[in-house]
Amino acid sequence: MSDTTAAVPTTGSNQMYVLHVNGVDHEIRDAWLGESLLYVLRERLGLMGSKGACEQGECGSCSVLVDDELVCGCLVLAASATGQRIVTIEGVAPVGAPSDVQQAFVDAGAVQCGFCTPGLIMATHALLDRSPEPTEYEIREELSGNVCRCTGYGRIIEAVQRVAVARRGGAA
Amino acid sequence: MSVTVAHTLDEALELLAATPSATVLAGGTDLMVELNMGHRRTDAVVCVNRVGELRSWRHDPGTDTLRIGAAITYAELMDAPLAGFSPALAQAARTVGSPQIRNAATIGGNVGTASPAGDGLPVLRALDAVVHLASTAGTRDVPFAEFATGPKRTVVQPGELITGVTIPVLNGFQGYSKVGVRNAMVIATASACLAVDTNGHTVRLALGSVGPVILRAPEAETIAVQAADFEAGTIDPEAIPAFAAAAAAAARPIDDHRSTAAYRRRAIEVLSRRLLTRAFPAPTPGASS
Ligand SMILES: Cc1cc2nc3c(=O)[nH]c(=O)nc-3n(C[C@H](O)[C@H](O)[C@H](O)COP(=O)(O)OP(=O)(O)OC[C@H]3O[C@@H](n4cnc5c(N)ncnc54)[C@H](O)[C@@H]3O)c2cc1C
Ligand code: FES
Ligand code: FES
Repeated sequence: MSDTTAAVPTTGSNQMYVLHVNGVDHEIRDAWLGESLLYVLRERLGLMGSKGACEQGECGSCSVLVDDELVCGCLVLAASATGQRIVTIEGVAPVGAPSDVQQAFVDAGAVQCGFCTPGLIMATHALLDRSPEPTEYEIREELSGNVCRCTGYGRIIEAVQRVAVARRGGAA
Repeated sequence: MSVTVAHTLDEALELLAATPSATVLAGGTDLMVELNMGHRRTDAVVCVNRVGELRSWRHDPGTDTLRIGAAITYAELMDAPLAGFSPALAQAARTVGSPQIRNAATIGGNVGTASPAGDGLPVLRALDAVVHLASTAGTRDVPFAEFATGPKRTVVQPGELITGVTIPVLNGFQGYSKVGVRNAMVIATASACLAVDTNGHTVRLALGSVGPVILRAPEAETIAVQAADFEAGTIDPEAIPAFAAAAAAAARPIDDHRSTAAYRRRAIEVLSRRLLTRAFPAPTPGASS
């Protein structure tokens, strides 16, 4: 998994670039410069939390923050994200100490197969940072870029609402 | 392959002058799909969405126009303060993709792709927007009506960059409506933008996804202008079906994998009627029926 250059069409360039991911600088060498950020995160940096399904912006399972904006990692040209702050699901909270959103997803039963979960956690953090008390309608609209094939979304919405309640001091 | 991130307009233009075949990358929401799917290859990419000049906008109170930098995103167009200058553009922005897409996708990229289904484009057509282009040789302004020459074909020359668009700030109703298979993340099957200029006494109707380029519906516009009382904000209700029929007649839809020509024409009729009814909610007092 460490270096799969052979699997990628190469146009023969080895311009090195640096990505700042979860607070750490990573040098990316000998990579095809047409690779998406999602591909580089997973295949070159071993950060497997972000998932890839459609690679065309439709499913949201690759959601990451680039300079605080929630975007699809599959639609970011990795070599163009130099000098930007990239946060992936691995950067949200240390292992063993989940964020309130992560914990709420577990508590509400919003995780089934888990494939969509990292993207939804990123999207939920972004949503609640911008709008601390979203209506159900707002939650549905703001999470519409994240597809879940398992849960039917009811428990995901419940998880988001639990965090909103807990953050304003209510019981979760 | 080379990837260069430009930070100033001059830098971007010089990079494009040095490699006119280079591909311009803004939000990547069209381009990266093509790269990921192997539908497009490129040797050089110039990334422009961090160029300050393209990331800014300016309202000119003298001419009451709004110049929007090419790298302004749909997320920005959706919210204050930009939404206040063009409600229709804000509405169109809100229908684009998903939050993730709107955070990345730019108006310049929508214009550059020139898809007949691009959601920002009927608004630009209805408002008679001007597209600003620049290269190291100079700048030129192209009316949006002349910008696209066919589906995904434009007048942009190698080495040229779209720097922004200018729209008038109009006093009057503006609306954008779109039909697709669901609410989120959907390409328009048919779309329409209606803009009323209460001061200039004009009604503009532009149609998306029903022709090789975005279309206007001049006969429908004339019907509306003749039937409207701009001061009172009312319209003769009998003109509304005639307006909708003229709009449908102006459409040049095709059958494709997403829909049929007949459905699209019908959708234009319905969308146009709804938009005009919203623009002039109350019938003219004393008018028949
Ligand atoms: C999942 C998904 C959903 C989508 N939903 C919608 C939708 O609902 N409605 C809609 O209209 N679109 C939609 N799109 C398409 C896309 O998001 C828009 O067309 C968007 O505006 C493109 O902007 P961008 O900045 O991402 O363009 P990019 O992909 O960066 O560029 C698009 C094209 O324009 C050129 N270009 C970009 N900027 C410039 C410039 N300044 N000067 C010259 N050329 C330039 C590029 O070279 C490229 O050919 C969707 C895309 C995805 C992936
Ligand atoms: S893999 Fe990026 S949106 Fe589906
Ligand atoms: S839990 Fe399986 S896709 Fe969402």
